[in-house]
Amino acid sequence: MTKKEVRNFLIAMALFVLAALLPIADSGYWLSIGVTIATYMVLSTSWALFSGPTHYISLATGAFYGIGMFIVGGGIDLLPYWMLVVIAGCAGAILAALIGLATLRLSGVYFVIFTLGLAEFVRQIVTWIQTTMGSSSGLYVLTDLNDTIIYWELLVLGALVYLIGWWINRSRLGFALRIIGNDEVVAVHCGINTAYSKVILFIFSGTVATIVGALLAPRLSYIESNIAFSPMLSFIVVITALLGGAQKLWGPIVGVIPFMLVWDFLTATFPNQTTLMLGICFLLVVYLIPNGFAGLIEKYLPLRHQER
Amino acid sequence: MNALSALSVQNTTKRFGGLVAVNQMSFELRTHEVLGLIGPNGSGKTTMLNVISGALKANSGFVSLFGKVISDQPANLIARSGIARTFQLVRTLNSMNALENVEAGGVFGHRRLWKNSLRSQAIEMLDKVGMAGSMNNPISSLTYIDQKRIELARALMSNPRLLLLDEWLAGLNPSELQIGIDVINNLKSEGHTIIIVEHVMDAIRSLCDRCVVMNTGKKIAEGKPEEVLEDEGVIQAYLGSEHA
Ligand SMILES: Nc1ncnc2c1ncn2[C@@H]1O[C@H](COP(=O)(O)OP(=O)(O)OP(=O)(O)O)[C@@H](O)[C@H]1O
Ligand SMILES: [Mg+2]
Repeated sequence: MTKKEVRNFLIAMALFVLAALLPIADSGYWLSIGVTIATYMVLSTSWALFSGPTHYISLATGAFYGIGMFIVGGGIDLLPYWMLVVIAGCAGAILAALIGLATLRLSGVYFVIFTLGLAEFVRQIVTWIQTTMGSSSGLYVLTDLNDTIIYWELLVLGALVYLIGWWINRSRLGFALRIIGNDEVVAVHCGINTAYSKVILFIFSGTVATIVGALLAPRLSYIESNIAFSPMLSFIVVITALLGGAQKLWGPIVGVIPFMLVWDFLTATFPNQTTLMLGICFLLVVYLIPNGFAGLIEKYLPLRHQER
Repeated sequence: MNALSALSVQNTTKRFGGLVAVNQMSFELRTHEVLGLIGPNGSGKTTMLNVISGALKANSGFVSLFGKVISDQPANLIARSGIARTFQLVRTLNSMNALENVEAGGVFGHRRLWKNSLRSQAIEMLDKVGMAGSMNNPISSLTYIDQKRIELARALMSNPRLLLLDEWLAGLNPSELQIGIDVINNLKSEGHTIIIVEHVMDAIRSLCDRCVVMNTGKKIAEGKPEEVLEDEGVIQAYLGSEHA
């Protein structure tokens, strides 16, 4: 077991170093898509840490992401950039805690609807604040952070998410979430504080999404609420996580890479039908590979007998 | 009879809309005692257990465990203070194997184990219910009686001060029934305090020190099994329900 863990850790390290070399190999198209893939890798993996075991589908990723962008956009003339990233993380955590406490007692369907509405609600508020404060509809974020730096930042954040995710899965918290996902009544009667466990994980994924938004703000230069709060983002996170398999820590990344490559091609070829494309992708994933690539791999690779 | 009262239920009422499922129930349970909670279908036995375990909140009355009121607490805290249960319709954790199902009961409740002590305790409990051979099997591959045993082992993992068994012997064939009765008898001789909800009269006679009989939410009799089962009102209640 520990031998296997060491091996997996070394493989992960090698992949991380390999991924970090991408900007040296290419600084054009491939780096650009590398940033996109790294973005969704972080978002989907942290999303799946919460939604995988609990089966609560959150569509609030876009709201957190957008808030992170606007915190950077609004504060870039006042505070150093790194401080804004920290503030974004804290704001994301507080917002997630409030939403979690208010909604995680709801059953699944209400939760989905609520999180979907939330993104729109936050977008309206941000737009309203901007118009009443009389500025233009967007914000300029001018820094000297280029794609290479942003890509590395995302990789480091991704590595952190993996480490924390690995730790959670081995901890009592991770075990509690698996029990909750199986049967919440049993979980409660085993002594688990289900609301607490779910809120902790929701806070984690919300914080990460907000930080990702803050990290990507310099890339856009000009931040507008329609782009920052795109509901498309929340859906892509769900699709990629389901495509890869939300039950495994490494599932989402297996979904993100092929999906983003195909998605990039599709949106370039059919720029006016992206929503339709998204819908079709969603249906295909749910019908054809309900357990994701991770499920397929586990099913068809002859299982090496693991202990446990 | 001065033995310490393990559980005390006082004037507890639970309504579902207009239906009074549990009506002013009161009874006591001493430590090391095995109490049979019996009554015809729909008389409120499961609801009574749900109120005790915190799955449902009573509308009035209170429940206390070793002198401490628990009925104002959420179910997870009640579990932590030492009440464990099984469910009338078996509830297992289907994405996990048998061993993990049992381990689930020993991490967050009255006893909080982890790592090696959790593993060894879980294996011991599996052994106690006669399932040590199937510990790595997925739950879906187990038969109904085996799933019930897993559920019992999960409840025992917390080393409960009070165990609630809701028709744990239902649906077993005669030879399985005898095994099941033996398992509970062992628990009894280990000194466990147990409430058994059961329809199987042989099991009630051989296992219970005392019985509380419910009908339409009310307590209609209480006493030694052989006495209450002879009671006119109790016979009426069971017959009445059969003719209903
Ligand atoms: N969640 C609920 N909502 C509404 N009514 C309920 C609920 N649970 C139980 N009841 C009703 O309360 C009454 C008592 O049900 P309960 O399940 O406690 O009976 P029981 O004695 O356990 O019966 P059985 O022997 O069939 O298991 C029944 O009339 C039942 O229909
Ligand atoms: Mg019942």
